[in-house]
Amino acid sequence: MIHQYKMNGYNIVLDVYSASIHVTDDLAYDAIHLIDTGLSEEEARAELKKAHPEASAQDLEDTFSDIDELIAKKKLFTTDVYEKAAGYLKKQSTVVKALCLLVAHTCNLNCSYCFASQGKFHGGEGLMTFETAKRAIDYLVENSGSRHNLEVDFFGGEPLVNFDVCKKTVEYARSIEKQHNKNFRFTLTTNGINLTDEVIEWANKECYNVVLSLDGRKEVNDRFRVDRGGHGSYDKIVPNFQKFVSKRGDKSYYMRGTFSHFNTDFTNDIFHMADDLGFSELSMEPVVTDPSSPSALTEDDLPTLYEQYEILAKDMIRREKDGKPITFYHYMIDLQHGPCVYKRVSGCGSGTEYMAVTAWGDLYPCHQFVNDPKYRLGDIWKGVERTDLRDEFKECNVYSRPECLKCWARMYCAGGCAANAYHATGDIHGVYEYGCKLFRKRMECALMLKIAEAEMQQNGEGVAMPHANAAAVRC
Amino acid sequence: KHIMTLETRDMAKSYENGGCGECQTSCGIANQKCENKNN
Repeated sequence: MIHQYKMNGYNIVLDVYSASIHVTDDLAYDAIHLIDTGLSEEEARAELKKAHPEASAQDLEDTFSDIDELIAKKKLFTTDVYEKAAGYLKKQSTVVKALCLLVAHTCNLNCSYCFASQGKFHGGEGLMTFETAKRAIDYLVENSGSRHNLEVDFFGGEPLVNFDVCKKTVEYARSIEKQHNKNFRFTLTTNGINLTDEVIEWANKECYNVVLSLDGRKEVNDRFRVDRGGHGSYDKIVPNFQKFVSKRGDKSYYMRGTFSHFNTDFTNDIFHMADDLGFSELSMEPVVTDPSSPSALTEDDLPTLYEQYEILAKDMIRREKDGKPITFYHYMIDLQHGPCVYKRVSGCGSGTEYMAVTAWGDLYPCHQFVNDPKYRLGDIWKGVERTDLRDEFKECNVYSRPECLKCWARMYCAGGCAANAYHATGDIHGVYEYGCKLFRKRMECALMLKIAEAEMQQNGEGVAMPHANAAAVRC
Repeated sequence: KHIMTLETRDMAKSYENGGCGECQTSCGIANQKCENKNN
């Protein structure tokens, strides 16, 4: 399977199963398309000659020679032989790699679009005790086999409402690391209200990554991200975030915003965070909500959103050239050191390698299933009791979803988010098609960015890259 | 002459070698890094 598209003056061909990325001139682009439609090489040559009367016999010869060489190297028109890899990693053993600790089922903000119903997860309010958090750490150690690196997310609700327990939990985990040959990687997702000097110092010492929730421009952020009195949070949280980032050094963080039907021009929020506020690590995510909600994204929004993703990618090339790069979560792909085939077809790990722990110690497949009684797996004292449910999540991969078998992007998403699929279709093996459409667009932009980066590097070395035509405008 | 190929990880080789399972969970797979030092 291949995927062909044109963007920013490049003719791009992705060979899905080898994950090879080719940049071609117009002649090769059309030749590959003709072969992909099922024509023999002879038929394709005849059609290509008609479509490109300006091409010399030598050009045609060279084009098909290039294509034949790539086919021989198994970098073009490769077939899917990876089905056996699906579930392989999870079948080997059920090792828990990460826990999401919902240390606070409450929040000091009252955002109407919150998937966790303002932190209560459609249930009662509550805070995790240190004893429960301590047991969660022990549960993770006991169920992680020989794995060295373990991830623990402080999440909510707003985790900093229960900062004391976060601190004590880290202290406890650090005290047992050496004894069990483990390395805990703590992360924090916060709305910034309680981001005090003490928290900043603690997070910069203990958290290897921090997610800071901000929706961008003041009027956009304050539409949804309000306190219980209905007051916007922007003026409170932005100075806190700026202070935090100024002291973060080279440790990881990123700004995480949500865009909705009300700000489909979301690149302006990204650029505001970059240019006006000084943040360089950025993410803006599409709201996932009830389709009847006024904030829900619609089919009519899609052309605008596609355009926005392209605007962002082109602008990032400009910033790279200007020496002031920014990152965007979904465009940070690593072509040489990315995941292997097994990971690419195995899914995210929810319900098996990753679980969410409620304030009361219940286990759920991930933070988006919390308090849905059908998806309670067990608890941190007795472990996973619903092994049937865990097995169902083990089978969540690209091969369990018929829709994925036709999709060129499946080696990059592993079948997508089980929670989104469940909320959209009622089945974790379903497909949240709207999310898929946006994902595919983001992947096209991300691959184009990698090509532009390669071209910048090659320009420095005096190597020319094939492109659509000389008049094509690139940033 | 007409096609340039970016350098990417060899998927067929990674399949032959088996998965080590050392990678993190992923909420994403596309932008994940392999944690196997031998890669």
